[in-house]
Amino acid sequence: MNEKRIQSHPILQPLEGASVEFTFNGKPYHGRPGEMIATALFAAGVSVFGHHHRDQGPQGIFCANGQCSQCTVLADGRAVKSCMVAVRPGMKVESAEGNPPLPLDSAVGNHVRPADVQVPVLVIGGGPAGLCAAIEMAKVGVKVLIIDDKPELGGKLTLQTHGFFGSVADCWAGTRGVDIGYILSDGVEEIDNIEVWTEATAVGVFWDGKVGVSTPDGYKLVTPERILIAMGAREKALAFPGGDLPGVYGAGAFQTLVNRDLVRPTEKLFILGGGNVGLIGGYHALQAGIDVVGLVEGLPECGGYKVHADKLKRLGVPIWTSHTVIKAWGEETLERVTIAQVDERFQPVPGTEQTFEADTLLIAVGLSPVDEILVKAREYGLKVYAAGDSEEVAEASAAIFSGRIMGRKLARDMGVPVEIPEHWEPLAEVLRSKPGKLVTWKPPQISEKIYPVIRCVQEIPCNPCSAACPEGLIKMEGIMGLPEYEGDCLGCANCVSRCPGLAINLVCEDYDPDGKLALLILPFEFGDEMIRLGGEVRTVDMDGEPVGMGRVIAVRERPDQDRRRLLMLEVPFAERTRVSGFLVRKDSELVDKALPSEDEDPIVCRCERVRKSEIVREIRAGVRDVNQLKALVRPTMGGCGGKTCGELLLRIFREEGVDLADVSPSTNRPLVAEIPLGAFSEKEVDDAR
Amino acid sequence: MPGKTCDAIVVGGGSVGVPIAYNLARKGLKVLLLDRRPAVGQGDNKAAIGGMRATHSDPAKIVLCNRGLEEMSRWRETHGVDVGWKPGGYVFPVYDEDLESTLRGLFPIQHEFDLNIDWVDAAAMADLVPGIERQNLRGGTYSPNDGQLSPLKMPVAFQRAAQERGAEFRFNERVTAYEREGGRITGVVTDKGRYSAPVVVVATGADAAADGELLGIDLPVQPDSHEAGITAPVEHFLAPLVVDMRSGPEGKTANFYFGQNDEGQIIFCYTPSELFVGDNREPLSEFLPILASRMITLIPRLRHLLVRRIWRGCYPMTPDGVPIIDKVNEIDGLFLAVGMCGQGFMLGPGVGQEVAALIVDGATSLPEAAHNKVRFDRNFHAASTEALK
Repeated sequence: MNEKRIQSHPILQPLEGASVEFTFNGKPYHGRPGEMIATALFAAGVSVFGHHHRDQGPQGIFCANGQCSQCTVLADGRAVKSCMVAVRPGMKVESAEGNPPLPLDSAVGNHVRPADVQVPVLVIGGGPAGLCAAIEMAKVGVKVLIIDDKPELGGKLTLQTHGFFGSVADCWAGTRGVDIGYILSDGVEEIDNIEVWTEATAVGVFWDGKVGVSTPDGYKLVTPERILIAMGAREKALAFPGGDLPGVYGAGAFQTLVNRDLVRPTEKLFILGGGNVGLIGGYHALQAGIDVVGLVEGLPECGGYKVHADKLKRLGVPIWTSHTVIKAWGEETLERVTIAQVDERFQPVPGTEQTFEADTLLIAVGLSPVDEILVKAREYGLKVYAAGDSEEVAEASAAIFSGRIMGRKLARDMGVPVEIPEHWEPLAEVLRSKPGKLVTWKPPQISEKIYPVIRCVQEIPCNPCSAACPEGLIKMEGIMGLPEYEGDCLGCANCVSRCPGLAINLVCEDYDPDGKLALLILPFEFGDEMIRLGGEVRTVDMDGEPVGMGRVIAVRERPDQDRRRLLMLEVPFAERTRVSGFLVRKDSELVDKALPSEDEDPIVCRCERVRKSEIVREIRAGVRDVNQLKALVRPTMGGCGGKTCGELLLRIFREEGVDLADVSPSTNRPLVAEIPLGAFSEKEVDDAR
Repeated sequence: MPGKTCDAIVVGGGSVGVPIAYNLARKGLKVLLLDRRPAVGQGDNKAAIGGMRATHSDPAKIVLCNRGLEEMSRWRETHGVDVGWKPGGYVFPVYDEDLESTLRGLFPIQHEFDLNIDWVDAAAMADLVPGIERQNLRGGTYSPNDGQLSPLKMPVAFQRAAQERGAEFRFNERVTAYEREGGRITGVVTDKGRYSAPVVVVATGADAAADGELLGIDLPVQPDSHEAGITAPVEHFLAPLVVDMRSGPEGKTANFYFGQNDEGQIIFCYTPSELFVGDNREPLSEFLPILASRMITLIPRLRHLLVRRIWRGCYPMTPDGVPIIDKVNEIDGLFLAVGMCGQGFMLGPGVGQEVAALIVDGATSLPEAAHNKVRFDRNFHAASTEALK
């Protein structure tokens, strides 16, 4: 029953057992206490949650974040988002087949007026930016209310099992994101002046300046003097044939299932997008024992940090740049993925198609700010601020700083004298910066008994290695500089265990008295099942190219090294500086034939099942107003309200040769999330929000 | 820019203007429609909830809506285009004696003008509205020929039908002046050009008073705004639109109404006891809590609906609550179809037919008693005749 649960993980603690009995379509299942229905179903191998009323298309998880309605199921007869509602003992869950019936219910309501809550500052979003901003304000005596739609604070930090980049002194670089989340939520708890509402969804801001918040304790209308929007980002979408199949979903959903819920939702994963989100998703998958069949990136280079790409390549994951996914195949769920090379105009090159078996395709093609409430609040002339990804999409370390700065600015605007240190703004800029230029890596020309090999060849904001060296032997200019080793290494391996990019290893030249072998000390973040002590492994260089063979001698743990172990690898002396790792997965196998499919017309609007041809038809008929397009063929009219397809529509206008200056934009209205009618007025609110 | 000539210019591309353009084109006129917005139906048309009822007490509205229902219920057969038509009628459930006698008192005039309406008992009402609160339910009125349409689909359907008949539509173009020669209208000037025609129709909804100023006539149209909302779709369970005429215990609602559209979504609205005068169309925080308590009190199962979106739209009100559909005596060639009082969507198709008759046939198509109600030269401050505003 629980074969999809992750029982051991190199970074995360396995969760307690599944003890909550529920049924799905009449069959018994078990979930963990407090676990979301979607997670419990995935843990039992169920990934199709229903069929769409319009065309019976299979529906599964997509955002796992309460933003869309793809994962709707019936829980005790009521339509709920399965990613946001926890399983309860005895719960009857059914797949949503077509439009859900409205349950019979004659219980008399106990209606109350929504509580009116006045606050000096309302922070919407309890992720890195919101928490840091709140702490800065609370420290100087400004009273803050933080609301977040999840049961725990931390936002997406709770999904980040890897060590963070950035500056050690300023934003916990080298510490795992999930632990930064704990540091910040503890910080919020320890300080006065902050009130926190979790499981509290902001449904919209109204013209009268109030923010509607749906909470387990009823609907509340918050009147803030000032609002800080720290709602993060959401994933961009792509429209390609088969892209609507269950099994095709966002990288955030994947991280939620794997890293928050410790469920293995897939055996064979394919990734679309070579930014940090996609690259890190691939690494997290491998750590969870999931095979990563490959990753494609449309641009000639991956947009993410090179060290992240190198990690995947070293482990044997093929990365195809200038490639994209042209088709996803499958009956009810994803079975195969076809990729192709693209030309400089991103058009697939005929004859370059390759098809692979995969049961899951992660879409990681960039992020857009979650800014609906921000835009409206500005339109209404309210005192509103934005921090983190809601302000500008960047790394989480940048969100931390953006939050701090905005928190202090806000306090200052409220008349509290507080300084913003001069180095904060420039540092925030640096943390936001895209990776800089690449230099060619050269093997070190050193002849010491032991020394580090640093494969850090790209300017990124990061400095834990230099901070980790007790002798200060790793020098760099600012946090964007490239680290340089100066000699006299003690061999402590602190740098090996602290480098967030896993880009440093030690070479012991005096390992073999005969001088034929050398010992490498490599960072290792996998379970023991990946290696066999004394066993031979195929070694690779930093780009994943084969070098030769090596032998695993030992794996050492050090309590101060935060779940990163040191692996001792014996390699031929001549290969000592070239080898940077060893393959852990087999080659990806091409599939000869793709599954037959007539479906070449991609779904653009997933909620209303609007196909690209319908949109193109209306554009060619002269439609230049997105609102009219909505009226005619219904894109953006579904549960997510255009969060997914809104940008795709504009792209189709451009593809049709229409100047976007001639296109009238969509009007956006509350609510930003669907909420049961009863939640607005009834005292006894069910948890079907 | 050189003036462009056509037979008739319709100013305003909403629920009323587009059917007028269609009906004029159908009668062979070369029509130009101008709208300041980017497409048809982008003003208050799309704020309508889509109900189309002939259930009124004003004769003109009964006749116009009966005609509209006749046309729209057969639109798909006639034009092969879906306009979201859903039959099912309108019900006014009744819980007190006074309202029962008021509504029953309207039957004579309603029947006189061919409205199919009758009283149904509580059991029949509960069958029509599954889950309705039965305590004190006396029954109510049921007018089965009423129905609903998609406010999103209807104006485009009329636009395309008009275009097939040669009508021209120009958007993002604001009328800045009406041109006259002596006592005749001769055309309009916009921010983009000048157009001549011997006939101009003003169908500008909530903006009508401003057009009156440009024309130098007093158009007594003052918008107030109403909020509405829509839910995620559920399996079809509710055939008629429901109007609860009671005012709410919270002191904010005069009545409220809702229905399930052809998509399966519940779409709802209320009339505030104290009107929001003006054309602000941004949503207010009080709407959902108030409407939720009213809807759930009437039908408890509605608590499980998922609210998807809310918005606010304008009712272009006349002082007596009855539209102006008439020629302007002082200015030859100028016609008015304004002041629809929040019912432009349900009146539009019938108004389109009537205005085309006024222009092309030179005479009203309405019974005289009905036509008199909507004349521009009436006394707007006489006692109101409309009980079902």
